[in-house]
Amino acid sequence: MTQAGAGPVVALLDYEMSNLRSAGKALERLGATVRVAARPGDARGCDAVVLPGVGRFGAAMERLARHDFVAMLRHEAAAGTPVLGICLGLQLLFDGSEESPDTEGLGILPGRVQRLRTGRKVPHIGWSEVHWRDGVSLAPTDGGPSDRTYYFVHSYACVPDDPDDVLGTADHGVSFTAAAGRGCVTGVQFHPEKSSTAGLALIGRWLGGVRTGEAVAA
Amino acid sequence: MIRVIPCLDVDRGRVVKGVNFVDIRDAGDPVELAARYDAEGADELVFLDITATHEERDTIIHLVERTAEEVFIPFTIGGGLRSEDDIRAVLAAGADKVSLNSAAVRDPDLVERAALRFGDQCIVVAIDAKRRADGSGWEVYLAGGRKETGLEAVAWAAEAARRGAGELLVTSMDRDGTQVGFDTELLAAISDAAPVPVIASGGAGTLEHFAEAVTRGKADAVLAASVFHDGVYTVGEVKAAMARDGVPVRR
Repeated sequence: MTQAGAGPVVALLDYEMSNLRSAGKALERLGATVRVAARPGDARGCDAVVLPGVGRFGAAMERLARHDFVAMLRHEAAAGTPVLGICLGLQLLFDGSEESPDTEGLGILPGRVQRLRTGRKVPHIGWSEVHWRDGVSLAPTDGGPSDRTYYFVHSYACVPDDPDDVLGTADHGVSFTAAAGRGCVTGVQFHPEKSSTAGLALIGRWLGGVRTGEAVAA
Repeated sequence: MIRVIPCLDVDRGRVVKGVNFVDIRDAGDPVELAARYDAEGADELVFLDITATHEERDTIIHLVERTAEEVFIPFTIGGGLRSEDDIRAVLAAGADKVSLNSAAVRDPDLVERAALRFGDQCIVVAIDAKRRADGSGWEVYLAGGRKETGLEAVAWAAEAARRGAGELLVTSMDRDGTQVGFDTELLAAISDAAPVPVIASGGAGTLEHFAEAVTRGKADAVLAASVFHDGVYTVGEVKAAMARDGVPVRR
């Protein structure tokens, strides 16, 4: 998947918990050079890190550890490397999840992950509009509702300890965290790589922040 | 929001039903069509692989890889998936979900094993149902409506969800191809019995039918093939009609 390009070099972490094809192609389409990394050494020298993920929280942490990514992610976040978590990748950034109560998360963002407490059907599968907090760099600056509408597939959602870490919310019978982050670390509950033009635009904005060194959450 | 999902029949890597896009280069290329449906506002796509011979089934893997690289909306692969290995292969190639039909009926444990291994969210169980003459619900059929199973569709739907299906794709065999509207009674019964999203299929004919699947049938998504491929309606027209009837859609 590695190609020469002028854009930032992004490490796409491969810990066998998600298919990387769409995420990699979407990043490349927006000008990034993608390096699929199965070990921390593969990601050395990259400008930014994308942590994808689908599946269960506990299994994902186990695999992250097996690939030696746990310490690396904590280190990169502390060092100010832009990190983007996608779907389960966002949830893993937190301290832990109801889905796997005995498993410690990455603890990069303070807070927990809870099952969606809604009267609607779970998993929440489908497109929802995100209400971005003012001034969030990932948010579109213009356009209509469809430019803020993304594809979600999840049964759990993050509950950051610090409300300032909530960058955007969406509704599924209950309001939940659709995007979270602080400093160089951000994550989205939806799948930008599966959210058509709105999602590709978001990836483009994130890469723009990586390029200018302003990949900050807010 | 309620999803609108075009379904494409694929044989040996090629779309088989006529598609009436005037300005398309290759109407048989699934990837080009998928991109076109994405541009029209399709929320997801389903590829139904009808390739009969097992030796030629690798063509679907190649199709999945190309689609995942070029089309940035979710897509599901259905048809002919029999084992965890079959499922793994299409997911690894880039499909977001798999749809299991006869394999799930024959081996309900497969739903459980696949959900545990790959996550509930990527396991769709497809149910083809026909109203029973004696009024005792709906019979689950296999092989395109040719083979009875003895299973009642609402009960089977509940069991499939319990075993880990993340979604149910419910096709009314009575309505499929008739264009007289979805079987909203069947849809509502399944939607009430199973706590997971239901995709309505079979019977779409008029624009109003799509909203009915949601308002009366309680469906979470609507799927259609021929009305889109034959150029009767565009995805945009269907969504506009649904919005007029108060159904939330992405536009």
